[in-house]
Amino acid sequence: MLQVRNATMRFGGLVAVNNASLDVKEGSITGLIGPNGAGKTTLFAVIAGFLKPTEGAISLYGKDITAEQPHKRAVSGIARTFQIVQPFAGLNVHENITVGAYLRHARPSDAVEKAREVAHQVGLEKDLEKSAASLTVAGRKRLELARALATEPKILLLDEVLAGLNPSEIRDIIPVIRSIRDSGVTILMIEHVMQAVMNLCEHVYVLAQGKMIAEGTPAAVCNDPAVIEAYLGKGSAERIARQSAENTGGPNA
Amino acid sequence: MIGRGYLPIILVTLVIALTPLVISSNSFFNFTVLVLIIALAAQGWNLLGGIGGQTSFGHAMFFGIGAYTASILQTHLGVNAWISLVAAIAAGALAGLIVGFLSFRAGLRGSYFALVTLAFAELLRVLANASELTGGAAGLLLKLDPGFANMQFSSRPTFMLLALAFVFVSLVITQKIVNSRFGAHLVAVRENEDAAKALGVDVLTVKLKAISLSGAMTAAAGVLYVQYFLYIDSGIAFGIWISIEALLAPMIGGRGMVLGPLIGAFTLHGLGEVTKSFAGRVPGIDLMVFAVVLIVVIAFASSGILGLIRKLADRFSSKGGA
Repeated sequence: MLQVRNATMRFGGLVAVNNASLDVKEGSITGLIGPNGAGKTTLFAVIAGFLKPTEGAISLYGKDITAEQPHKRAVSGIARTFQIVQPFAGLNVHENITVGAYLRHARPSDAVEKAREVAHQVGLEKDLEKSAASLTVAGRKRLELARALATEPKILLLDEVLAGLNPSEIRDIIPVIRSIRDSGVTILMIEHVMQAVMNLCEHVYVLAQGKMIAEGTPAAVCNDPAVIEAYLGKGSAERIARQSAENTGGPNA
Repeated sequence: MIGRGYLPIILVTLVIALTPLVISSNSFFNFTVLVLIIALAAQGWNLLGGIGGQTSFGHAMFFGIGAYTASILQTHLGVNAWISLVAAIAAGALAGLIVGFLSFRAGLRGSYFALVTLAFAELLRVLANASELTGGAAGLLLKLDPGFANMQFSSRPTFMLLALAFVFVSLVITQKIVNSRFGAHLVAVRENEDAAKALGVDVLTVKLKAISLSGAMTAAAGVLYVQYFLYIDSGIAFGIWISIEALLAPMIGGRGMVLGPLIGAFTLHGLGEVTKSFAGRVPGIDLMVFAVVLIVVIAFASSGILGLIRKLADRFSSKGGA
């Protein structure tokens, strides 16, 4: 449903995203991983319309949206969360989510009701009256999720919603993400927490230094020598394979 | 059935409307008319600066455009006062749209936007001081001819009720906006533009709507001013004083809150009058009081008087409840 074709994003002399393409299938959870500084968040910004790509095209359901403003893309059904959470700090949780809900519900009472529903879905129903600024990190991540979800998107772009959470919080939120997909929302997620990627994603793209270096199932991608080298340095794939062969007599042990 | 937030508006309006029954001092009505005019101008500021977070330092431009449009139409063209009022409000809205388009489309925010609005107001002041049309430095005098048709009232309480009606309408409009989708979008833009965009808020359109409504309200205040004093010159119309009054009142009363500007205007000028009566005629003593009040509010109650009341009420009710 979402296609990125040969996107390049240049900032002066720096090429943050270099000729990257990806395809997200409707109803899937697709992962986008890569080492720090690979250009993942930049690519998200390009998809959500916050940055205009230097080259390349983005299309949703076959319709070219490269020139659309971010708010138009939200109307078309793309919602994003921010890696660095961006709550409306002066508002409470319910009001925060309601802003999102207003996208498809013009009447205040409908929007407020929709916001309550979404809060329930992500597990924020107890915090509705709390100020957004007073939430914990985990709470803020849920709020990001809730606000985006309240726009009733077709595709949800999650930028490291698990970063900064402790293992038990991660365990709590994984079913939430899965339930969002099961309710019919396609998900494209940037994630560093491999436990979550392996657990949730059906298909993974790997971005390194702005280039798409691999794609496939999470398991396949993790064993891809190019991916290992991108994370651990040149020659490391070979070294790891040799070491594990020496230690145990087999590469997969 | 009264919607959310309207009850305090009705109560406050009623209290002011009933003052002629108990007070007959002309200086009280002079005071109240001026405060109401400032409250109306400040409500315009509050819509854009308080709710929308786009701090203007040049609301004099809308005040002056309203005042001059009404005066020029009446003195030069003999247009009816009420029609002039409508034209002046429209001119204020248009001016807001133009200034908004120029500055918001260029992405100006914060102090840069404030500086641009100040520049526009000063520019208009200089132009009005030099132009034939505006009477140059001599200003414009409206012919004294009391009567409903001319929007002039020899009775001060009557004019106060007229000003109060304007303020009431501005309060209702603001409350309606606060309760609406547009209001939520406006607050979202104030709090975080990027997050608002991501949620489908058309930031530019929201800001343009806000600044033209804001301009219209403040222009109406300018019209009231000229209808009351029957005289306008560039220093009054586009002077820095009204820009400051328009932003001080909401800051003291509670920026972003519907009743903030009205409460703030009454508090400031009330304190100013009280000091004057104590300190005699020391020039500028009321301005010193303004400064002290502003510092105290910023230091101890950054969300203004209403914000402080709300905070105290919350603390009290949570203690009582628990």
